[in-house]
Amino acid sequence: MSGEMSVEEIKKSIKIYFTVFTALMILTIVTVGVSYLHLPVGTAIAVALFVASIKATLVALFFMHLNHEKKIIYASLALTAIFFVFLLATTIMI
Amino acid sequence: MLELIPYIDRPNPTTGVTNGKLGTWLFLASEVMLFGALFSTLIILRTSSANWPSAAEVLNIPLATLNTVVLITSSVTMVMAWAALKLKNFKKFQINMALTILLSFGFLVIKYIEYTAKFHHGYFPSTHTFFAIYFTMTGLHGIHVIGGIVVNLYLLLPGSKMWHSRPEQFTGRIECAGLYWHFVDLVWIFLFPMLYLLP
Repeated sequence: MSGEMSVEEIKKSIKIYFTVFTALMILTIVTVGVSYLHLPVGTAIAVALFVASIKATLVALFFMHLNHEKKIIYASLALTAIFFVFLLATTIMI
Repeated sequence: MLELIPYIDRPNPTTGVTNGKLGTWLFLASEVMLFGALFSTLIILRTSSANWPSAAEVLNIPLATLNTVVLITSSVTMVMAWAALKLKNFKKFQINMALTILLSFGFLVIKYIEYTAKFHHGYFPSTHTFFAIYFTMTGLHGIHVIGGIVVNLYLLLPGSKMWHSRPEQFTGRIECAGLYWHFVDLVWIFLFPMLYLLP
């Protein structure tokens, strides 16, 4: 995280890291559990991607500190997101 | 003293972040596109294949689940290593960094067991497009894990001397190594359901 953080802020962050860890473990169990339900393909893909997206968001926001970052990083990632979405959109349209 | 590379221990006033951190994020942006191309390949191969094998029958879901747990845990120890430095606790940094490296090796050992089982059953990249993309994606991801181990080992052992002379710069290095490591975790978070769990 850029900028100076106080000792209290770091200690608070450490508590959050363990909460996020618990959430990631629960979501891992959920996504594996759902795969054994043998849902229809479309639903299965939607659920798997939805759970993975939540997990990825948690990692990016808290472990990679994107909940508190400078504008230039967000700008670079927004540009990347546009290219990524374009890539997948063209893939799906084929 | 002349600074060879400026703004590595304090934010660049133009961007608000250290040059190292901006560089790391730009590198990760290129990595998003690298893995994006392979996810795109996976979708095309999958949708165009008439006989896609059932992942549950040919892959080991319990082992891959264990690997997911191992990698997520290593992400936590990595961020704890950085937080320890922020609290000026070098000993705690060393413990968490060592744990991160140990877990990374654990991931590779489990991956090795998986690969060996595949070869034993006669599943090679040439067997089917499913295995071609499975080995390509998990292999490239595994190479990223090895790269992370090399960097983290350097930062734990010889590289950690910098903590005593330039603590700000060293903390920045751990943050950047952490960004990379969390990205490797993030790729696996998508690889795991897409390769192992989908029907």
